[in-house]
Amino acid sequence: MSALLEVHELFKTYGTGEAATRVLRGLSLCLEAGEMAALLGASGSGKSTLLTILGTLMKPTSGSYEMLGQDMIAADDKALTDFRNAHIGFVFQFHNLLPDFTALENVIFPTAVREGRETPAARARGRDLLSRMGLADRIEFPSANLSGGQKQRVAVARALMNSPELVLADEPTGNLDRDSANQVMDLMGQINREEGTTFLISTHDEKIAGFCRRQIIVGDGGVTG
Amino acid sequence: MLYALKIATRYLTANKAQTALLVSGVAVGVFIFIFMSALIGGLAEFILSRTVGDISHITIEAETADPALLISPAGHVLVVAERGRARTATLADAATWLPLIEGVPGVRAVSPQITGAGFLARGAQVAQVSVTGVEPGRESAILDLAGYMVAGDVRLGAGLIVLGRDLADDLNLSIGQTLRLQSANGVTAALTLSGIFKTGNGSMDSARAFVSLSTARPLYAMPQGVTRIEIKLDDLNAADATALRIRALTGLDAVPWTDGAEQLMEALNAQAQTGYFLKTFALITIVIGVASALLLSTYRRRPEIGIMRAMGAGRGFVIFVFVTQGALIGLMGGIMGAALGYLALLPFPSRDAFEPGTLPMDITQGSYGLAITLTVIGAILASILPARSAARVDPVTAIGQ
Ligand SMILES: Nc1ncnc2c1ncn2[C@@H]1O[C@H](COP(=O)(O)OP(=O)(O)OP(=O)(O)O)[C@@H](O)[C@H]1O
Ligand SMILES: [Mg+2]
Repeated sequence: MSALLEVHELFKTYGTGEAATRVLRGLSLCLEAGEMAALLGASGSGKSTLLTILGTLMKPTSGSYEMLGQDMIAADDKALTDFRNAHIGFVFQFHNLLPDFTALENVIFPTAVREGRETPAARARGRDLLSRMGLADRIEFPSANLSGGQKQRVAVARALMNSPELVLADEPTGNLDRDSANQVMDLMGQINREEGTTFLISTHDEKIAGFCRRQIIVGDGGVTG
Repeated sequence: MLYALKIATRYLTANKAQTALLVSGVAVGVFIFIFMSALIGGLAEFILSRTVGDISHITIEAETADPALLISPAGHVLVVAERGRARTATLADAATWLPLIEGVPGVRAVSPQITGAGFLARGAQVAQVSVTGVEPGRESAILDLAGYMVAGDVRLGAGLIVLGRDLADDLNLSIGQTLRLQSANGVTAALTLSGIFKTGNGSMDSARAFVSLSTARPLYAMPQGVTRIEIKLDDLNAADATALRIRALTGLDAVPWTDGAEQLMEALNAQAQTGYFLKTFALITIVIGVASALLLSTYRRRPEIGIMRAMGAGRGFVIFVFVTQGALIGLMGGIMGAALGYLALLPFPSRDAFEPGTLPMDITQGSYGLAITLTVIGAILASILPARSAARVDPVTAIGQ
């Protein structure tokens, strides 16, 4: 296995002066290609902060971040936007989908925004991904009318749309019932095994973490286990 | 950017009631814009046609002969005054100028005239009159005399005279009767009343007489030439430029109607300014309405914008989505308002048939294309601020993890 990404001595401080919250204090981490890792830690330990930095949506106060051999700290907004589109998929806990669009339209968004239009090839891949997520009968469904579990599966399909090397999921099952949560985790595990996509999934739930081969525990501003 | 267009239209159709309300608001602004354009334009047209429609647009009058100046070698000015020169100056070679003037672009009609004062007498009754000798066939070239006839025939000829209604009444005259006209030069002619007109203009109806040029010549001792050339233009707004042209071409002192009409021009200008003012406010209302609606929409869609940015949508894409929404709202509202404006103006009489008591709306001056263009531009400008704020949305806080 080769290193997909590596962060070194990450510091992240929110706010300044009295109100400053020093969340990450010298965190270092390496993810190999093809890993399926759970991100654990107490509430407020900095899991979301770390995922946001790894997702290039926010820069750390200091430290280095390299992914696929590229320096993610020095890159500008435009370069990072294109990088995310090609190499990183996201699954969030809330507000995942564009409510005025169908399930299929949501899934193919990452490809359509890159190509400037919705191509038949993108539609075909979107349909295929939705079918794999068990949503063959929900392809043209308005996403606002989907159940919570269905929405998260659509979000997983969308995260995979551009075949990214890395999928970051921040409590993807946080507001799902046990069955739906297991289904979503099963699907991600399956993709990881079949396609070698790297997953980093934050959760509070030991059972959810049990789906992952590696457990990363965040605490005291760094990785504790 | 077909895909951004798709997302923009989806956003607009997702909330149909809100979009319809917004588009209607824009349409009302456009409607006001068009209504004001038609009203101000029609009003100006109306006032001009009432005040200058019947007068000469460019007038060339015989210059009262100034004494010639001679400058002595020493620099003294010597005045050379001719004795016995006729008081009435003439445009002696008018005949040579007429075809030239008629050839100037924009000139619709030219009327050479001999004008002078005189007395009309019928039995013991006498009335002062201002006499205009015009060329037969050109009676209606400047003033629409034919249109104002209430009795008899407008056609002038040897020994014929056409009078205003009030004057004819004062003298108890009816068509076919004979009267005497004594000119200020002391020449008297017996003339037959062949036509009576009524313009509604008091001094015209009570003190004007029209005769043919050949009838006027002996009366004013002018065997040749004329005293005045009146010119009617296709476009009365071109009077200044055309007068300059005629002056350059002929060397004659061509005076446009706008000389001495400063007050009228000022009034029309003030009216046009008021129109611009109101139209500007209509546009500002549109801009504010679109900007606030889109700003609200960007705020409501912050999480979605965050998601799109995380998925790899650039700032330019987000800006395009919101600017396109603004442009579409402007276009729809513009077309709807223009159509409503046109429909609302249809029942008004056309500008040739203004009726007293109605607004002189001119449907042809609605500025429909301008209204739509300005609205689309305004709506695009209005969407720039919301679009920029949308592009600045921070995905992290917007997604709110
Ligand atoms: N934008 C922000 N401004 C200020 N402080 C912040 C901001 N975002 C996060 N924090 C603080 O940083 C700390 C870490 O937050 P983070 O969301 O990364 O924790 P987490 O591990 O994801 O917690 P949870 O398990 O509850 O989701 C918290 O104390 C939080 O209050
Ligand atoms: Mg969190």
